[in-house]
Amino acid sequence: MNRIDKKFAELRAAGSKGIIAYVTAGDPDLETTEKLVCRLADSGAAMVELGVPFSDPVADGPVIQAAAGRALKNGVTLKDVLELARRLRSRLEIPLLVMTYYNPVYSFGLESFVHAASSSDLDGVIVPDLPLEESEALSKELQQSGLHLIHLLAPTSSPGRIKAAVKKAGGFIYCVSVSGVTGARNDLPASGYELLARVRSETDLPLALGFGISRPEQVSALGAEADAVIIGSAIVRLVEEGGDRDEILERVASYLKKFS
Amino acid sequence: MSNLPDDKGYFGAYGGRYVPETLMTALLELEQGYMECREDPGFIGELNYYLQQYCGRPTPLYYAERLTKWLGGAKIYLKREDLNHTGAHKINNTLGQVLLARLMGKSRIIAETGAGQHGVATATVATMFGLECDIYMGEEDMQRQELNVFRMNLLGARVIPVTSGSKTLKDATNEALRDWVTNVDNTHYIIGSVVGPHPYPVMVRDFQKVIGEETRDQFGQVEGGLPDYLVACVGGGSNAAGFFHPFIKDEQVTLIGVEAAGKGLETGLHAASLSGGRPGVLHGNLSYLLQDHAGQVTVAHSISAGLDYPGVGPEHAYLKDSCRAGYAAVTDREALKAFTLLAKCEGIIPALESAHALAYLEQLIPLITSDQTVVVCLSGRGDKDVASASKALEEAGL
Repeated sequence: MNRIDKKFAELRAAGSKGIIAYVTAGDPDLETTEKLVCRLADSGAAMVELGVPFSDPVADGPVIQAAAGRALKNGVTLKDVLELARRLRSRLEIPLLVMTYYNPVYSFGLESFVHAASSSDLDGVIVPDLPLEESEALSKELQQSGLHLIHLLAPTSSPGRIKAAVKKAGGFIYCVSVSGVTGARNDLPASGYELLARVRSETDLPLALGFGISRPEQVSALGAEADAVIIGSAIVRLVEEGGDRDEILERVASYLKKFS
Repeated sequence: MSNLPDDKGYFGAYGGRYVPETLMTALLELEQGYMECREDPGFIGELNYYLQQYCGRPTPLYYAERLTKWLGGAKIYLKREDLNHTGAHKINNTLGQVLLARLMGKSRIIAETGAGQHGVATATVATMFGLECDIYMGEEDMQRQELNVFRMNLLGARVIPVTSGSKTLKDATNEALRDWVTNVDNTHYIIGSVVGPHPYPVMVRDFQKVIGEETRDQFGQVEGGLPDYLVACVGGGSNAAGFFHPFIKDEQVTLIGVEAAGKGLETGLHAASLSGGRPGVLHGNLSYLLQDHAGQVTVAHSISAGLDYPGVGPEHAYLKDSCRAGYAAVTDREALKAFTLLAKCEGIIPALESAHALAYLEQLIPLITSDQTVVVCLSGRGDKDVASASKALEEAGL
């Protein structure tokens, strides 16, 4: 059984919401990312998304853009992130996903990518610029691998698109809370809650709400429709604040514990 | 071939819609809105009215007699897109899109711009129709093209400096896409070339095909028949796409797109996606792309800000692979020489973009016979370039 499915079954049994933590791999360096992911797992993260830096991250706000820029300066590639995942897998049992724009995957070759991702024993792949219409080729490659391709839905998604996406989806649905890019926001607009309700009425799949979430109050305000929240920019910003490696790990860990 | 793209927006293997889910509904609505308009006599009539009365179409097809003599071979005609209002072919597209945006009830227009030509053409039509307008422009380009920044401001647009990434056109496009993701409800994004997600490549090509249609008629009137060669510069490729399109089925017409080889293809410092890139996904479509081994998009280099883009329209990728069009590349230096040559020979200062197409004539004319004919798309005028060209000419010792 895929670790993502298992984790959501556990969360539901316990009646709790999971925290999915996003980190930009290679910011400030791959070794720190490796330690950080372990620390996130120890601090209550239900799963971790390893963000692959890309030169043109159109779905990301300034915080993750800047982190990608730093990681790219370090020369971090998709291959490095897949190797990082392999190292992490030998130490961690929580679900691990890669979040990557499509071109690094396309350039790697879909077949080689899926092969490498499976041998790293990853659990899922999120591609923010690959809508349902374009996802067939990658879905097909992933089919035999046991990895989930995580589909995204947004407040602008029509009822027809929601229906079509839940049919193809596995693992969970990534519900984008706002029309916009990634980045912490003080108030979550109603669009996020509405989307959760609309998607929930079409599927029993786990739903994770992402984009703009940074505070425990936002999570406790969520209804039963959401199984998890995704926290990205808030964590990346704490990494950006810098200091030595232990300071960064400590800062992020104590932040994440506020959610448990 | 002219039935392309297919219903998913593919020209053969290229095109598509690689965008965040948030934009999909807007793209589907845009596609539907556009498909209705393209057949609607009211829309077509209004567009043609403004193209004639406001832009000054049809633009002349001019026989460049002195240039022909100088190069000593085939007869050379220039399609004078430089004579359009705002100085380039760009307004053909912005006019079409602003009329569409208005019909779709959008109150705000955004656009990206490199050199500022598309930004000026967008600001022009936005203010004419009373729509709010924000233009994204790389900080570096804003410094290089101060005059166009002033023009856009004068036309009532806000120019938003882009400080991320390489601070040029590629990053301005990223920023415009982020704005669109955020404000998709009331905003229409006017993409300036045959790039972006479907339906932009086909829509922009259709709004630009007036260039090729007029050329076909005008050439038929003065020479009879069809020209042997069409030559146009290719950055994103909108003037070339519109110029070529009405001739696609006429296999006897050779189509040549000219990319920017910058400091030379071998140096890696160029903007020739088709000649020096490989397929990849950027800004919503799959096409040839300048990228490194790991799929990171690399920065393009060209003296011409309008060609300084790492991607190219998916239809050009298709035309290249199917061999219906050929693609060449000329260097900054060759383009500068052609810039000077046209000014001296014909009293026409071409845009540095268009100078790339002209520069290719030095290679083409010796290979063909003097009874053949060549039409070059003179996509824009060079007034915007005189400052940078004067500096570059001095540096190049030309």
